[in-house]
Amino acid sequence: MSSEQDIYEEHVLDHYEDPYHRGDLEKATHSHEADNPLCGDVVHIDLRIDGDEKIQEAWFSGDGCVISQASASMLMETIEGKSLEDIRNFTAEEMLALFGPKLTPNRQKCCLLSWRVLQSAIHAPVDDLPPDNEDGPDVHFGGPSLSEET
Amino acid sequence: MGSQSPLVEKKSYLKDTTAFTISELDQIREQFPILGRLTASGAPLAFLDNAASTQRPLAVIDAMSDCFRRYYANVHRGIHTLSEESTAAYEQARRTVAEFINAASDREVIFTAGATASINTVARTWGDANLGRGDVILATIAEHHANIVPWHQLAERTGCKVVFLPITSEYTFDDTVVKDHLARLQPKLFAFTAVSNVLGTKTPVRRWAQLAKSFGAVTLVDASQATPHEPIDVQSLDTDFLVFGGHKMCGPTGIGVLHGKQQLLEDMPAFLGGGGMILRVTTEGFEPAELPDKFEAGTPPIAEAIGLAAAANFLTGLGLERIAAHEHALCKIADQGLREMQGVEVIGPDASQKGGIVSFSIDGVHAHDIAQELDHLGIAVRAGHHCTMPLHRWMKKTSTTRASFYLYNRPQEAERFLEAIELVKTKFTRSGRRRRQRNPQ
Repeated sequence: MSSEQDIYEEHVLDHYEDPYHRGDLEKATHSHEADNPLCGDVVHIDLRIDGDEKIQEAWFSGDGCVISQASASMLMETIEGKSLEDIRNFTAEEMLALFGPKLTPNRQKCCLLSWRVLQSAIHAPVDDLPPDNEDGPDVHFGGPSLSEET
Repeated sequence: MGSQSPLVEKKSYLKDTTAFTISELDQIREQFPILGRLTASGAPLAFLDNAASTQRPLAVIDAMSDCFRRYYANVHRGIHTLSEESTAAYEQARRTVAEFINAASDREVIFTAGATASINTVARTWGDANLGRGDVILATIAEHHANIVPWHQLAERTGCKVVFLPITSEYTFDDTVVKDHLARLQPKLFAFTAVSNVLGTKTPVRRWAQLAKSFGAVTLVDASQATPHEPIDVQSLDTDFLVFGGHKMCGPTGIGVLHGKQQLLEDMPAFLGGGGMILRVTTEGFEPAELPDKFEAGTPPIAEAIGLAAAANFLTGLGLERIAAHEHALCKIADQGLREMQGVEVIGPDASQKGGIVSFSIDGVHAHDIAQELDHLGIAVRAGHHCTMPLHRWMKKTSTTRASFYLYNRPQEAERFLEAIELVKTKFTRSGRRRRQRNPQ
């Protein structure tokens, strides 16, 4: 009956159930956390960035829907070994492509939560003051907010 | 999905009879052309998101279309044929709505942009004029944000405070607690919903209005989830203010109603200033118009009022008691079915205490994933906090999923919904999956 792609593809569910580097990183040099208050999704990212501005290790923790958590896992798997330059150049569109299945504007927010947290985390050294913009770069995606209904 | 579900045969959910016969329901559904469409996945639509907004019958679509095709013009003061016809239709709409809620006078019916605009109007006029530092507004914890935020804003302006009435662990209200709050806090205003948009819990509007009166509190009732489903008689309920919107009762968006007792409305200062709400304007000031124009500044939602009246007539024609009975029967099927499932929690009181709303959560599955998968199966529900963050916080949940039934839903849709929930549970149950190496792209 379906003419529409199932967004819960096998590899999405695999990442949800068996995530890559889910947990805390003790020796994190950079760290950030943010949420989507309207759906309650939370993602926390710990990074270990070396002197050459390369991401040596990336870990995430969080709570939320399949999309938000599976996409965070995919992102952690992808960014280790990448330079900060690479991360800065890694666009939201590329994040959506990394996730795979096409998402409606409402669910793009879920997928982009970890991307948003990562973009802030590289500017948030541990034991330092939080960045001015707590919620990360001021970029907006998707349509009307999920759950704002009557 | 299979045409015959073992689940349904086993549990025989359909033994409950609904208020409309199958053929009546077929005729009702023919009035709603949208119900025949498919969802993005190609599945037939089962629209169970009616507490957010309902669909429109032909009677409403045609009434609005007819206005635009034949006689639309701005109302009041226009000395030409179209304006006179539009004015007559607009004022007839007011009388129809007044009759629909049995208002003492059609001057008590103010057309607004929606239920939210109605509440804000009361907050900005009656609230600003009557509340001050230390005064209390009592509201239930289950209110929609529309019946919370305007009071928070009023508190910021005046220094009054908003106190929330707790709910029991059975998702109902305890009259002794209500009485205790009214006696102890002596609130100036008691603002409460007639039906919770999440829990489905009905409040005893008449009893609470009497109680509030005995303690000197003014009442504001959010009837957004009541007027689409049950007869409302503001004189018998004896509420001071009662508000509702058009789009949850088969009417258009962009229109709502503020009902207030005439004396209260007359004593209130005007709110939005502009054309239509004045008797005269000078370089020094203005003199407001009489009710109801006083609160209807600017060009009103003309076709929307006409559409709302058509919706009210449509509901009255079907019979609100029968509509309520029909929805209740569907709600009972869904509520009972969900309660029998492992790992599913129904968020709300027993079906006997609610109308057509069933909210729930599934262990370990996020509400948005439930809604997404249900959509894939053709079923539209709502997931999130449903504009009730304080209630969700009290329940210690970030989000819930809500199915809400209306007069055009079939018992088979409640059954299909239950089958789909079983599928959702299976899909998201952890099954020892392992992450695989990604294919090089």
